[in-house]
Amino acid sequence: MTPERSWTKGLNPDLSRRTFVQGVGALAVGFALCPAVLRAATIDNDVAGVDKTTLAKGAVDAWLVITANNELVIYSGKVELGTGVATALRQIVAEELAMPFAATRLIQGDTELTPDQGYTAGSATIQQGSDPMRRAAATARRLLIQRAADTLGVTPDRLVTEQGRIHRVGEPTRSVSYGELIGDDQFTQRIDESPAFVDPQDYTLVGQSVPRVDIPPKVFGNFVYMQDVTRPGMWHARVIRPPTVGTTTIAATLESIDEAALPAGVQLVRRGNFLAVVAETEWQAIRAAEALPVTWLTRAGLPRPDALYSSLKASGASEEVVASRGDAQSALSGAPRTFQAEYHWPYQAHDSIGPSCAVADVSERQATVWSGTQGVYPLRSALADLLGMDEGAVHVIYVEASGCYGHNGADDAAADAALISQAVRRPVRVQWSRQDEHGWGPKGPAMVMRLDAALNDDDDIVAWQFANWSPTHTTRPSAAQGAANLLAGNLALGLVPDGPQIGGDRNAPVEYAFDNYRVVTHWLPTATSPLRPSALRTLGAMQNTFANESFIDELAFAAKADPVALRLRYLKDPRAIAVVKAATQRAGWKGRPMPQRYLQIDDKSVAGQGMAFAQYENQYAYVAAVAEVELSVRRGVRVRKVTVAHDCGRIINPDGLRNQIEGNVLQATSRALKEEILFDHTGITSLEWGAYPLLTFAEIPEVEIILIDRPEQPPFGAGEPTSAVVPAAIANAIFDASGMRLRTAPFTRERLSQAFQALG
Amino acid sequence: MMPQASATQGDQHDMTMTLRVNGEEHTLDTQSDTPLLYVLRSELGLRGPKFGCGLGECGACTVLVDGRPLRSCIVPASSLRERDIVTLEGLGTPQQPHPLQQAFIDEQAAQCAYCISGMIMTAKALLDRHPDPDDETIKQALTANLCGCGTHLRILRAVKRAASTLREATHDT
Repeated sequence: MTPERSWTKGLNPDLSRRTFVQGVGALAVGFALCPAVLRAATIDNDVAGVDKTTLAKGAVDAWLVITANNELVIYSGKVELGTGVATALRQIVAEELAMPFAATRLIQGDTELTPDQGYTAGSATIQQGSDPMRRAAATARRLLIQRAADTLGVTPDRLVTEQGRIHRVGEPTRSVSYGELIGDDQFTQRIDESPAFVDPQDYTLVGQSVPRVDIPPKVFGNFVYMQDVTRPGMWHARVIRPPTVGTTTIAATLESIDEAALPAGVQLVRRGNFLAVVAETEWQAIRAAEALPVTWLTRAGLPRPDALYSSLKASGASEEVVASRGDAQSALSGAPRTFQAEYHWPYQAHDSIGPSCAVADVSERQATVWSGTQGVYPLRSALADLLGMDEGAVHVIYVEASGCYGHNGADDAAADAALISQAVRRPVRVQWSRQDEHGWGPKGPAMVMRLDAALNDDDDIVAWQFANWSPTHTTRPSAAQGAANLLAGNLALGLVPDGPQIGGDRNAPVEYAFDNYRVVTHWLPTATSPLRPSALRTLGAMQNTFANESFIDELAFAAKADPVALRLRYLKDPRAIAVVKAATQRAGWKGRPMPQRYLQIDDKSVAGQGMAFAQYENQYAYVAAVAEVELSVRRGVRVRKVTVAHDCGRIINPDGLRNQIEGNVLQATSRALKEEILFDHTGITSLEWGAYPLLTFAEIPEVEIILIDRPEQPPFGAGEPTSAVVPAAIANAIFDASGMRLRTAPFTRERLSQAFQALG
Repeated sequence: MMPQASATQGDQHDMTMTLRVNGEEHTLDTQSDTPLLYVLRSELGLRGPKFGCGLGECGACTVLVDGRPLRSCIVPASSLRERDIVTLEGLGTPQQPHPLQQAFIDEQAAQCAYCISGMIMTAKALLDRHPDPDDETIKQALTANLCGCGTHLRILRAVKRAASTLREATHDT
């Protein structure tokens, strides 16, 4: 049994307790002290064979278990979404416990096995999610050393841990394994508040490019994705939804179904406006869904696409002052030179290559749901509400799916499968179609950003005022929203999604030390958001940084200053300054005012360079990017190269980090140049890749990366920060090359052409 | 107009057919219009080829048919009798990896990897015809295969590495 097999939890009954149950000793470390001896596992998915629900309040709170086989099992509420954290988390825990990497396993995202760590989102898995696991490991190490000290009659400081074994200082050949120390005992330990950690100078695993554990099974076709999960007796279903594709409020009513057209052997499930067909094979279900005549009464409710941004600003919004210093208003009104600009960002989709999929098995008393969700616990709460069951009767198991980059259709597919399985009383698999994912998956919200600033006679920025208009970027499933944040809940029960005001203000503040400075977010009511808004990689940080970092270049142009020099005048944090200098030096930044030229002949190809900087969420990773573009009005924009300097504190896995940064650059380039969800008065019309193209191999830029490692600093997440800066760097490079300032993404050939016409 | 998978047009009826997949003959009862992808995944339990779009747009379902890349989501299996069908599983195993599989591991050329099977199969067809492709040739061959994670640069490096390994192996023999 290879360590990789733990990825297939829940799918292979042979992975079950059989090997581990009887009389197995184990050490479990959790948040509560366990009064009872650990019981044998009753859950098939577990590999350690210990029940971790015996602790206080019945909550799962054990983070790791060391078995008598000297195997370390980590229970992670954070899950692998394709970013490499399943490897990085194991490095962190193995490092603190001095365990060989190969002796570790990771169980992730299971409401009966792993602690509740909310959502795997916001680049927070390493940043925050790893902390309890690391502390649990350090606690276990202390405990094992103490046990060895008692056994051997020496003081703990005379003992050394190495490769899952303990020996006396200077006697490495006479060692005892952790498993031998544990023996047949089963005991638990509460996590130390502040345990002693391994000195970063002594790291042997953290900081190493350990190869990812999931890649070999993925290249041999052995990996079990969510899309590969099957259950005995499972049928396949397709949901038939109204023409109001992707709207926040379902403005449609199911009018009639010609059930006579249903092929033999196909079952129909209907609840409110939720309609599905279920068949023994997937192809039967697809054909039946296509062939079934269904009519809907719809109300057209969406704004005219060309009036989207003005309609967002006109929506009734609540205003929140996000940051303020000095008096920006007075400084603006008293200044000799003021500048304004408004930036627009469109709705964008999650670029999941595999549409969402889920399997559910719902009986009268118990529901088991397999899902690519980013949060098994919040999904469990929402599903319990949808199904009318107790939370405790719903078991949600995470299975990795295609990359999601935020709140895609994964949770909705789970709800679809659960509702249908409840109706037909057999295991049901729901595979969303491409059109389902493009159309019905939640969308990264469209946003408006407005900036005002003033320069004095010395070209100092004496006022900076930012305002934006955004709905929440999170309508994820939650206990508070129940079934309302599941598409099936919207259709079956007429509920409308909502969520706390999150993400619209992300990176709205800047790190520049302006004396008079004000940042305001206008939060749009969720229900009035034309398309259903939710989390897409960076939340609002990409949109806001696009505006902020474009605008500071606009001010540099007004001041006839080098945009980098202007930024450095207002940056105080040495780590911020370091990434700006590193990226620009590596990219051969010339330090001159921009633009180099104004585009005059429409078929001439010109090149330019632009930069952007941000500190993610104004408190985490520092990133500076320099983009080099080539463009002509006829051919559009081509990004040739992006140079990134990245400081996310302590680096856990340098190659994994580079992989993330490269991915961020390419995906953000795609979003900046190409991606826009289109809609008409009824609903979304971008329903496949032809209407929503992604960056292709022919269009990819070269990427050069400078990693700044700070082993003594806490590790920050790297799944998103680079994405935030890339669009502004590209926009600034377009300006440098051509004198054209594009303030609306994506920067398509059509937009470039419009800007060219506007230049006159 | 939304693109329709061509396989969904026309009549369907139940039929028995024999398919040759990864060198083995399989006799199957299926509907005549079932795309090859559904037969490979549902009937034969193969996980390499992936469902991505059902429209032939993304390349996640790519398999080799007589050595040529084919989008298995839009071609009925019944039209591929007597043909040699190869999926990711037919290339190599952990014990005997194909140089492309080894190169993708060595270059860590994956994030979620949902697209990777299609990338490897498309690259296999390319390297069979062009043992020494330059970057532009590889990009052109793969440009209709979509990757959402942005792993393109690593995939490019992996294909080049595999090409080099395959050429060395040819020289050695």
